[in-house]
Amino acid sequence: MDEKVKISVQSLNFFYGHVQALKNVSLEIPGNHVTALIGPSGCGKTTFLRCLNRMNDIVEGARTEGKILLDGYDIYGPEVDVVQVRRRVGMVFQKSNPFPKTIFDNVAYGLRINGNLPKSELAARVERSLKDAALWDEVADRLHDSAMKISGGQQQRLCIARALAVEPEVILMDEPASALDPIATQKVEELIQELKKKYTIVIVTHNMQQAARVSDITAFFYLGELIEVDRTEKIFTKPKMKRTEDYVTGRFG
Amino acid sequence: MRKKRKWSERLGFSILTLSGILVLTILGLILLDIFTKGVSVLSWKFLTEAPRNGMTEGGIFPAILGTFLVSLITVIFAVPLGMFAAIYLHEYALPGKITRLIRLAIRNLSGVPSIVFGLFGVVLFVQMLQFGTSILSAGLTLGLLTLPWTITACEEALKTVPKSYREGALALGATKWYAIRTNVLPYAVPGMLTGVILGLSRAAGETAPILFTGAAFFLPRLPGSLFDQFMALPYHLYILATQHHAIDKVRPIAYGTALVLLGLILFLSFSAIWIRYRFRKKMKG
Repeated sequence: MDEKVKISVQSLNFFYGHVQALKNVSLEIPGNHVTALIGPSGCGKTTFLRCLNRMNDIVEGARTEGKILLDGYDIYGPEVDVVQVRRRVGMVFQKSNPFPKTIFDNVAYGLRINGNLPKSELAARVERSLKDAALWDEVADRLHDSAMKISGGQQQRLCIARALAVEPEVILMDEPASALDPIATQKVEELIQELKKKYTIVIVTHNMQQAARVSDITAFFYLGELIEVDRTEKIFTKPKMKRTEDYVTGRFG
Repeated sequence: MRKKRKWSERLGFSILTLSGILVLTILGLILLDIFTKGVSVLSWKFLTEAPRNGMTEGGIFPAILGTFLVSLITVIFAVPLGMFAAIYLHEYALPGKITRLIRLAIRNLSGVPSIVFGLFGVVLFVQMLQFGTSILSAGLTLGLLTLPWTITACEEALKTVPKSYREGALALGATKWYAIRTNVLPYAVPGMLTGVILGLSRAAGETAPILFTGAAFFLPRLPGSLFDQFMALPYHLYILATQHHAIDKVRPIAYGTALVLLGLILFLSFSAIWIRYRFRKKMKG
């Protein structure tokens, strides 16, 4: 791959207690592209995703070996501040998780962590994030309503806006559309295409068509191993490995 | 075969229903008994005046005030401590020997008879810390008594906050404490309050722990500071019901006192329910 590497994963092993969930995974994630992680349930793709912003740190008994370089710096290095890692690598969860606050306060949450933006600046960044998440037009007149009141699709875009607000470099998405109806899904997919101009995106998906539609690179995981990674059109048309072909053509999974 | 099962099912169902009704009846009888016998003495004067003529006349205001002040100390002492302990246990403590030991201690503490707390209070607060027999000593003793309940209630409240609130905040670059402070505690506090109020309503009715630590048989004056002795509703009731020289004469006053104490506790319980209800409504948006 000729693109500039944003994240370089080198011989990553991950354990939940004694269970090894990732086995010697090495993968290079290019900047300003969409990388899709596919594979059957329990193959380790979500675990892999959560390694990329050290969200697995909070899992009891979790252990990580190997290196993950973000712009060349190992995010598991001894000097690294995990909070800084998560500011640079944002995340959108499978189940949209708006906080029971207003729409405005949801988007502003990350901005307020590091202190005191002037009010006007805060409002401007909330607006920009909501616009970037293609949600502004739908909520502009009710920013101070509870975020629990908007629809599921809107909630997920709100969570994307919230992640965008802190201006990360990478956005991790864990099946962001799995709980959404087709129309909301389409909106999120269009949004992903738009976002890759500014961000590097890694997305876990169960949906083959979605991976084919939105991603540039596809990585296929099976039983904790990275089986194959290539340009998406190659994975879906001429995969090198038999198992990849079986999976993408729906022969198992 | 079919008929038999139906019959046994009906029997089981009847037993369950009867048990429910029995519980309700017992509670109803207690309330009814106290209400009918106590309501006659209830008046504004009864609530606002001091006892007179060897407690055979007058009101119970000093006891109400005493119970209120002691409860205040209990809350000020037990709530922050219980809350912080719960946050530590639920959010920070790593599973291991020490955590298990702390939990074991809490569970055992909740099983300790209240008279033992009273004796402990005498040793620690009255004698060692030299607070004397006082509102402060009694309040702190009751605080110890409610601590296990407070911790447990606060921990339960923390458990009800979805994991996704914590993870969502962490993923945005929040530190753990920031996430807890801004995105967990606000949603746990009403649940914590509910538990705390219920614990307090238990404490307010306790006699044994305050018996040696500050409650007085009778005081001619209201307490002037936290280091003074005080009169309290449950203790006053105990005196009137069993220790008084003219038990028959003061019986109505005893029932009136019981009614006030019961009313106070019901009030606390209902405010707990009210807080929970308000909060549920708010969370739904």
